[in-house]
Amino acid sequence: MTTALLEARDLSIHKGLRQLLKDVTLCVEPGDLWQLAGGNGIGKTSLLRSFARLASIEVYGDLSRCDDVLYVGHSASLKGAMTPRQNLKYHPSGLCTPTDTEIDGALAAVGLAGYENALTARLSAGQKRRVALARLFLPSGRLWLLDEPFTALDVAGVAVLEQRFRAHAQAGGAVVFTSHQSADLGGTLSVLDLEQFRGD
Amino acid sequence: MTEARDIDILHFCRSQTLRHLMLMVRSPSEVINPLLFFLLVIVLFPLGLGPDPEQLSLLAPGILWVVALLSNLMICMRLFVDDLEDGSLEQLAMARVPLSIAVLPQLLASWLASGLLLSLVSPIFGLMLGLPLEVAPVLVASLLMGTAIMLLLGAVGAALTVGVQRGGILLALLILPLYVPILIAGTRALNEALQGGDPTVALALLGAGVTGGLLLAPLAIAAGVRVSLEL
Repeated sequence: MTTALLEARDLSIHKGLRQLLKDVTLCVEPGDLWQLAGGNGIGKTSLLRSFARLASIEVYGDLSRCDDVLYVGHSASLKGAMTPRQNLKYHPSGLCTPTDTEIDGALAAVGLAGYENALTARLSAGQKRRVALARLFLPSGRLWLLDEPFTALDVAGVAVLEQRFRAHAQAGGAVVFTSHQSADLGGTLSVLDLEQFRGD
Repeated sequence: MTEARDIDILHFCRSQTLRHLMLMVRSPSEVINPLLFFLLVIVLFPLGLGPDPEQLSLLAPGILWVVALLSNLMICMRLFVDDLEDGSLEQLAMARVPLSIAVLPQLLASWLASGLLLSLVSPIFGLMLGLPLEVAPVLVASLLMGTAIMLLLGAVGAALTVGVQRGGILLALLILPLYVPILIAGTRALNEALQGGDPTVALALLGAGVTGGLLLAPLAIAAGVRVSLEL
């Protein structure tokens, strides 16, 4: 099982006195696409953050994962005062040091060609989301942990993203994302319904 | 293609320092406000204490240091707030660079824009309080080091309180007591210089503080940031 990009065994997550999720077991291999599904407040984001090791104090159980992780959370980690190009170039995760051509290519891929030097604060919510997701089109990590990647995207944007997921999985990467809507990812998508792990 | 490239820590630090400096240039109020605060408070003292230059120069070391301390507190209160809100802080924690190193570029940028700037213009403020120009080198040197230690200590408090609603007062309660030794050493250096004594002992103490702070504070800041991200 050394090839697994992420392996969680009997993971339970607490929020204060309440047990949010219990005995979550998940193994993500290269080529996997996983959707974490479940209603509001069930703990999708908490689980994803524990996978990212951003939350660990109230998480019990075994978790091992590769170091090569890209995480895109609810907040887009963009600065309104900088342009999309600068936001990607000086991104705090520093996962890669992209060249300007790579950045322009990534922005074009998410449909933002021509906006490279606009102020990020002036972009619409969907466009900001696209800038954040342009990181997926840069050399950027094997395991992707994405929190609600489809939020605020239009139909075309969702299609671009789904295509990118499939390409990433085919190249030996893996994606774990949370979403309410069912993604059109064909037979490659596995859905983990968190309802079965609901805590006491 | 999907494999991330190895990242060079120095390159990462340089790009993050640039990022923070760029953000400060874009919103200059964060740089200018603490300086304006410093200037305004310094202007108030002669009005309150009377314009007698002798009396003012006697009090000048204490006044300058207390005001520098307070303007530093203003900077620390803003330190990680924006980055926590827009998710930059969690991305920083995801970087494959130890978090204790990854937080340093922001501190460096903040210090360049606050401590360094303040130290360089402090002789002018000193003159306004009747401080003779001969002690300007000691004033600048002591403030250069003092502001660096205060920023490092303040960042520990800021990292711990950034997730707390209205954590400003909590931050002040937490770190002001820690500033006391710096205040004593700093004013001591200035007083020695004013009275023709030897300020090197006090300056050396400040230097030791900077070294110790650089070694230990980043570890505490990283731990504080991790705790704040859990909330």
